[in-house]
Amino acid sequence: MSSHAASSHTSAVVGHEAAHDPNLKHHFENADQQKESASIGMWVFLLTELMFFGGLFLAYFVYRQWYPAAFISASNKTDVLIGAINTTVLICSSLTMALAVHYASLGKKQLLVFFLIATLLLGGIFLGVKGYEYHDKWVHHEIPGEHFECEGCQDAGHAQLFFSLYFGMTGLHASHMIIGFGILLVLIFQANRGDFTAKWYTPVEMFGLYWHFVDIVWIFLFPLLYLIDRVGRPLL
Amino acid sequence: MQEHSEHHIVPKRVYALVFTTLIIMTWVTAWISTVDLGPMNIWVALSIAVFKASIVVLFFMHVKYGTRLTKMIVCSGILWLMFLLFVTMGDMWTRGWMGVPGR
Repeated sequence: MSSHAASSHTSAVVGHEAAHDPNLKHHFENADQQKESASIGMWVFLLTELMFFGGLFLAYFVYRQWYPAAFISASNKTDVLIGAINTTVLICSSLTMALAVHYASLGKKQLLVFFLIATLLLGGIFLGVKGYEYHDKWVHHEIPGEHFECEGCQDAGHAQLFFSLYFGMTGLHASHMIIGFGILLVLIFQANRGDFTAKWYTPVEMFGLYWHFVDIVWIFLFPLLYLIDRVGRPLL
Repeated sequence: MQEHSEHHIVPKRVYALVFTTLIIMTWVTAWISTVDLGPMNIWVALSIAVFKASIVVLFFMHVKYGTRLTKMIVCSGILWLMFLLFVTMGDMWTRGWMGVPGR
């Protein structure tokens, strides 16, 4: 492992006139400019994601405005306690991701790998809980379609709209997390191999932005799908 | 504001504070949803969500320590999202205000 780092360093020195950071690409002036470009590129991508999710949020708001009775009774079918616990789990995974970036910037390999794995595990717990909730909905026939049932729902036809949005929004969120798992596994492998240094850990930092964005989407999904219209009912 | 891009290392205590605030606000928003605030319930829930999202963007995503260009890009994205949401909802909210001629 150390011989690999040493040999790549030597080849970089031989290939250029002076000692040159192998991670700095030729078309950038310096490492700062390269990093700033990566960061801005990632943010532009996240803004397209923002508009992507934004369309679904808009659909939610419009239908909630049109069919308030259906949305009130359908949204009371979600379990606040499970939702709040899952929000807590996801916020914990955001913290571990922030710490992973923190230790990457200090060049502490062991801690970087540890916190990347912690992020992966917490994300896994979140999806496990989500799977349990989906199963619960399946058992209670709350999946929109032919066999849809909504016990005690007013305007059951339009209650299906709530559940369509519920599965669409949480499903899109979950698929982002599954993609995140794939990237995390690669990052854990690379970090363990010693690819990242205190000078260059851009992939870890950019993935951090993605992961926090996914967390932010959930921060909005939690009140909209679990909390609104719960007045007059016990919290737990 | 200076445009320096020396790497800023955020102290761990900041992360701890942001994390604690996020956890507390999660349970506060869960609790406050059971209190009858009339039509304000949705606005209180969304305000708390906006606050939580803001501290994630500023501290976990390092926008507070970023360059002005990064800040401008983030703000422009949020502005466009607000156009999408508020222009459409403005239509929804005001449709009933005037009668339709001929109906």
